[in-house]
Amino acid sequence: MSLQLGTYAKISWCPGCPNNQILVAFRKAVTELCESGALKEENIVAAAGIGCHAKILDYLNMNTFNALHGRAIPAIEGVKAANPALTVVAFSGDGDSYSEGLTHLIHAAQRNSDINVFIHDNQIFALTTGQATATSPKGFKGLTRPSGSIEEPIDPLRMMMNAGATFVARTYAGEFEKTKEIMKAAIAHKGMSFIDIAQPCITFFDTRDFYKDNITWLPEGHNVTDLDAAYHATKQSDGKIPMGIFYQVETPTFEQQL
Amino acid sequence: METVKQNIPVFTVAVGGAAGDGIKEGGLHLAELAQRLGCFAYLTMEYPSLIRGGHNFGRMTYGASEVHADHSALDAVIAMNAESALLHQDELKDDAIVFVDTPHAEALKDIGRKVVAIPMSQAVKEVGAPHAAGPSVGVGAYCYLAGLSRENAEALLGKIFGDILGGVAMNVALALRGYDAAKESGLTPRTELYVDGACAHTGVLLEGNKAVALGFLSAGLEFYIGYPMTPASGILHFLAKEAVGGALTVIHPEDEIASINMALGVAYAGKRVATGTATGGFALMQEAFSFAGVSELPLAVAVSQRQGPATGAATRTSQGDLRFVISSGHGEFPRMVIAPGDAEEAYTAGRIALNLAWKFQTPAIVLLDKQLSESYQTTVVDGAAKQITPHKAQEEGDYQRFRFSPDGVSPLAFPGTPNTKVKATSYEHDEFGIASDKPEMVQAMQEKRWKKMEGIRADAHNFETVKVYGDPAAKNAVIFFGSTKGSVLEAAKMIDTPLRLVQVLWMEPFPEEEVAKALEGAIRIIDVEANHNAQFAGLLREKTGIVCHEKILKFDARPFDPAVLAAELRSKLSLS
Repeated sequence: MSLQLGTYAKISWCPGCPNNQILVAFRKAVTELCESGALKEENIVAAAGIGCHAKILDYLNMNTFNALHGRAIPAIEGVKAANPALTVVAFSGDGDSYSEGLTHLIHAAQRNSDINVFIHDNQIFALTTGQATATSPKGFKGLTRPSGSIEEPIDPLRMMMNAGATFVARTYAGEFEKTKEIMKAAIAHKGMSFIDIAQPCITFFDTRDFYKDNITWLPEGHNVTDLDAAYHATKQSDGKIPMGIFYQVETPTFEQQL
Repeated sequence: METVKQNIPVFTVAVGGAAGDGIKEGGLHLAELAQRLGCFAYLTMEYPSLIRGGHNFGRMTYGASEVHADHSALDAVIAMNAESALLHQDELKDDAIVFVDTPHAEALKDIGRKVVAIPMSQAVKEVGAPHAAGPSVGVGAYCYLAGLSRENAEALLGKIFGDILGGVAMNVALALRGYDAAKESGLTPRTELYVDGACAHTGVLLEGNKAVALGFLSAGLEFYIGYPMTPASGILHFLAKEAVGGALTVIHPEDEIASINMALGVAYAGKRVATGTATGGFALMQEAFSFAGVSELPLAVAVSQRQGPATGAATRTSQGDLRFVISSGHGEFPRMVIAPGDAEEAYTAGRIALNLAWKFQTPAIVLLDKQLSESYQTTVVDGAAKQITPHKAQEEGDYQRFRFSPDGVSPLAFPGTPNTKVKATSYEHDEFGIASDKPEMVQAMQEKRWKKMEGIRADAHNFETVKVYGDPAAKNAVIFFGSTKGSVLEAAKMIDTPLRLVQVLWMEPFPEEEVAKALEGAIRIIDVEANHNAQFAGLLREKTGIVCHEKILKFDARPFDPAVLAAELRSKLSLS
């Protein structure tokens, strides 16, 4: 079997945008899951909100649901509740789910809905040409505060652990193979799976060099079932950005109890 | 109170007290009692937005013919405190009886009506019943006043109390204490208040919220997703109970925005779904309502008006959101808005809305208001029969979710179907569902969606979009929509002049031809609606060119009282 996951839509991301790497990682993850018999192509639904991330749906020849800004998560929860046989993935962005739709992200984790949320976290509103989001660093000079942002960024991983997500991971878009494997692990996980994907915006906030120098992967022996350890593992005193699956436990899903 | 002509007499009894005194249950028990007497009943609950204290008031009008609204002129009051009688002093008929909880009798000595002290709170304490069972004692006292024998009363009371407030036996015992206390007071029964089996009806007490929910169910509702907000919460609560152990799934998510977006996900996955809210909550849903339009997702929405703007008078009625609701959602797309006038019509509207949403793949609204949502009326509905209109299913060949077709309706397929890619999107899109802002595609997709309106208009002919009551040839016409119907029909009973009473049920698409026909030859048209700006009269003029000569508007967040409305109508009719 060979999946034809591409469409006739012309890719309109900036040339070289790491969103392309996320797209390729996801297509590859889906292809491998379908070829192994773990998934059927028709039983996958990919959703997105609004932002650069959301263009991914037009490049996927599969069931897709392009929701409103910030609202991919409740929509995909509805899809899953209506047909639990479907595997559902919501792509979102930091603007789309850490700013506009944050309440839905928190509550999806709280109810442990069996959905996958992949956040393209470029630390900026890119499609609207450069304003600070909830993950922009303090001092970030965006169009809405040219003198620099005065707000501290949120920590999405810790936030999601507190909210009750049962799969919490971070990856880097540039690390295609690792991203693909983490996506596959998230999809295999029963319950709310959350991946924060560091995705430099090469036009408005190019962090490629920063990530090249500062990524570190969680050690082999990291205990993913220890919430306390997972919580503390998200930050390192040397300033490196740890990547990998921080936390994963199995608890009853929302849909199982519905 | 003004003395008015009544073709068939109606009687009104009220129960009042603080929140927590069991006023709603007391009102329902009175209405059930009236139904057991073979009467038609109408019960309105008025209450402030609080949990304890305040003034809660249930008013129940009953009679041997259909009762469309409660009346303010009171034959009797069951008052759990003095305030409940004093606040309604001006509504007491000359021969009204005030049953008051004994400790508060002294405070009513100057009320100028017959006051009968009934030891309601004492009886509750003595039998160990919950505090909120107090009105049951008063219901028993009313049975005595209405001339029921003790045996007859006991038998009827055994049927009206349920498994709440301490159970049937305890409440019958409480009511009989009230009966005995009324008798011992030397009160003379008024047998005209007892209409023994005057009519045989198979009706049940039904409120608009439950009726619209039953209507949704009859059209095959599988999911209901909502966030509580007065006055629409009753739909959510009723369906949540229905869902226990059944095929229906009910979800109460984090907010209204999640509710409607989740509902759209459910519809996309192929399940019949509705959401519901008050107009304030619907304001939050606007963007997603528009999304339903562009993505052609079938969705039924129950929207209940309350007095705005903003939080407004949170528990009070209004018809001030007609223009908002018919214009809801940014952008242009076809939708249906049906405004029922009573519980029976709410049931039918719920069924039509969900069925036509699926038939035409576009959103449909049932427009309610607090008065309709939460008032109980003797209603006959066929609650068991399902009438499910099918959707246009997928055909052979490559699937395109938004394929152009002569009627604008594309075949509907759902994720999980082999070799079929189902796309939904909030962007304007091509036939497959890929975002497109090309001018020819943007125009073609709008034309496709608007073609559906022709089908909707043709289908609307199968339903009652306009109803005419009274004398259809009368030169004087009264026009109205929504729950104002009840007040108008009751008021008309008190007016000798022949009146043509025209109710419009469909707000969108507007039934221009039917309305024009219903008003043909009318010399004077009087508009009656519960808002400041005469929104309906404006809509009527916009759609048909017909101008209402007179307007009777009410925007104090209370429904029209039939007697007051009758006086206003008479005054308008007397104008030359």
